[in-house]
Amino acid sequence: MAIYAKKMLFILSKSTLDSVYAAFIMANGARMEGIEAEIFFTFFGLEAIHKEKMKKLRIPTVGNPGMHMPTLLGALPGMEAFATKMMMKKMEELDIPPVDEFLEILAASGVKLWACKLAVEMFGYKREDFIDDLEGILTVGDFYHRIDKEHTHIIFI
Amino acid sequence: MEKQYGNYTVHTDPEGYLTDFNEWNEDVARAIAAEHGIELTDKHWEVIRYLQDKYRKGEPLSIRGIKKSGVVDIKEFYSLFPGGPLKISTKIAGIPKPKSCL
Repeated sequence: MAIYAKKMLFILSKSTLDSVYAAFIMANGARMEGIEAEIFFTFFGLEAIHKEKMKKLRIPTVGNPGMHMPTLLGALPGMEAFATKMMMKKMEELDIPPVDEFLEILAASGVKLWACKLAVEMFGYKREDFIDDLEGILTVGDFYHRIDKEHTHIIFI
Repeated sequence: MEKQYGNYTVHTDPEGYLTDFNEWNEDVARAIAAEHGIELTDKHWEVIRYLQDKYRKGEPLSIRGIKKSGVVDIKEFYSLFPGGPLKISTKIAGIPKPKSCL
């Protein structure tokens, strides 16, 4: 049976944990099926590969209807940290790796990790701020050149 | 479905996974591996035995589990079973395809 997915390119533009995990799980899932996968981190998504900031990623409790929590309650101090802790605990139970370990798994699995040049400049980051597994810093044009075969798909998260 | 591997007749699901682990043997494993262009080395066997051990214990398989296994690292796992390591290795090991998304 033909599979019309040979390569999946993910653009991660957000730093909320739900978005970060969506990108990671989809990229890992592609590799597990023998499909190539790459992630392009841009804007706030860069925090997921930033050595320090990756430790502080959160689940949003405000402006997130999925939490089913009144906005004022979600805005209380400590609420986001609490929600994040609960979710991390649940994920550990399901054997979902934390962000730093997940990135190691992705890199070892052959997922190429790229940072967006413009966003890196905008936030004033340097190469050494990011994990060693980062493949490089690309312009948008360079990233489009990663579409080097048929049946490549781009997913924006 | 019935499938013939050399002298052995085995029962599989539509994707080729053995439906009865008791029908598995090393010759069948070699034949399934050959279908995927893989010639089994000592390292392959080590991984296969690890997977079967997990299966017997009823423990779920995941890529993170492979990482922690101490048997093989992820890079090597991908190079041993190219084109979808966990789904191909489990097929060769005669155990069900992992249901997890990880």
